[in-house]
Amino acid sequence: MSPIVKKKGEKFTLPGKYLLFILTILCTAMVLLTFNTKVFSGPLSAVAGYIVVPFEEGISVVGSWLSGRSEELVQIRELLAQNEQLRAKVDELTIENTRLQQDRYELTNLRELYGLDSQYDEYDKTGARIIARDSGNWFYSFVINKGASDGIAVDMNVMAGSGLVGRVVDVGPNWAKVKSIIADDSNVSSMVLSSADHLIVSGNLKMYASGVIEFGQLVDSDGVVVEGDKVVTSDISDKYLPGILIGYINTITPDANNLTKSGYITPAVDFEHLEEVLVIRQLKQNVPD
Amino acid sequence: MKRGIITALLIFICFLLQCTVFRALAFGGIVPNLLIVLTASFGFMRGEKTGLLIGFFCGLLVDIFFASVIGFYALLYMYIGYMNGKFAAIFYPQDIKLPVALILCSDFLYGIGCYVILFLLRGRFEFTYYLLHIILPEIVYTIAVTLLLYPLILWINTGLERSELRSGKKFV
Repeated sequence: MSPIVKKKGEKFTLPGKYLLFILTILCTAMVLLTFNTKVFSGPLSAVAGYIVVPFEEGISVVGSWLSGRSEELVQIRELLAQNEQLRAKVDELTIENTRLQQDRYELTNLRELYGLDSQYDEYDKTGARIIARDSGNWFYSFVINKGASDGIAVDMNVMAGSGLVGRVVDVGPNWAKVKSIIADDSNVSSMVLSSADHLIVSGNLKMYASGVIEFGQLVDSDGVVVEGDKVVTSDISDKYLPGILIGYINTITPDANNLTKSGYITPAVDFEHLEEVLVIRQLKQNVPD
Repeated sequence: MKRGIITALLIFICFLLQCTVFRALAFGGIVPNLLIVLTASFGFMRGEKTGLLIGFFCGLLVDIFFASVIGFYALLYMYIGYMNGKFAAIFYPQDIKLPVALILCSDFLYGIGCYVILFLLRGRFEFTYYLLHIILPEIVYTIAVTLLLYPLILWINTGLERSELRSGKKFV
């Protein structure tokens, strides 16, 4: 038999170490390429999205139903006590509300006079459900069930309730990846509402358990920032829309350089029990003046 | 063919469980690493080539959905799969000690790899904190899950090998 004719059943096989070598080069190339560009994310996320996302949606519905039921049982007693307190609070707030409504009426009039419009109520928001969370234990990102086909784009801000959750970092046709502000590699330029002093809010894995976020580089030369002050996203950030609530200052300490201050912020969002989020369909880059 | 489909399904199911159901069952915010169990088991059951391929696809799935660059987790899982494949020669299905030890080491290596590349290089130096609060709890939880998941993987693999043997004999 001639050596060119292949024997039946004898297949060409690639030894493991060559395959390892080839795939290593492939991976390194992909890392280098995706570090700055978004070459692969389009097709890959489309394929993965259509296969994985429907299942994730289904399972996460079941999962959240189960955890919801078990939590309900624990909470019933707590809720009864809370209900009592809240009733008292409602009365209190109703009175306050009437007073505030009067103020608001006045404010609207004054705003009209100044030609300002109430900026942040009118952002076009869309609700989305969290369908998967980070598979590792190192970062805190999650996947939501809306994507490019629902008008979601990279860098859109994500909120829950009244607080900032994070921003969209990757988007597929029917899913989007959100990096939260408590993730270890996240930094948000923000400011103290009362004094308009700028600071940087940075996530830290070590702080997850204590439920606070770190902040630093606060230049507070007048020493007016105190615990309990509201921290909102700043107007100089190029990703985050201005004036979204991040949280309240929990502790504040002067740094060793005596110029800046740092400390911790209690976030306005309960990151432990996030299930639904709001995506603001307005990019900072195209906010009209 | 049959093996390919079943393996793909396994990767798929483990990934889904890890980022949905196990997230809801997390103890202290720690989830077990099912993908490492899968990669390591197929590594030492089937050899280095299967190990590295399964590791590659597990990692790629994680990369697409949760990583900031594509390829890092694929690389990490792939090397773990390949290294486990080196132990295929001394693997016996009856013995549970070697698989558990290998999965333990794999998860530890995975943790160290993640720490060094993703945290140490960004100036997070408190290694002991991350070791005690992230890496070790993950290993403990993963080993606990291994005791349930590994027999299942072993059973699936033996079933597949048996059916391959049967269909192989038909043609001889």
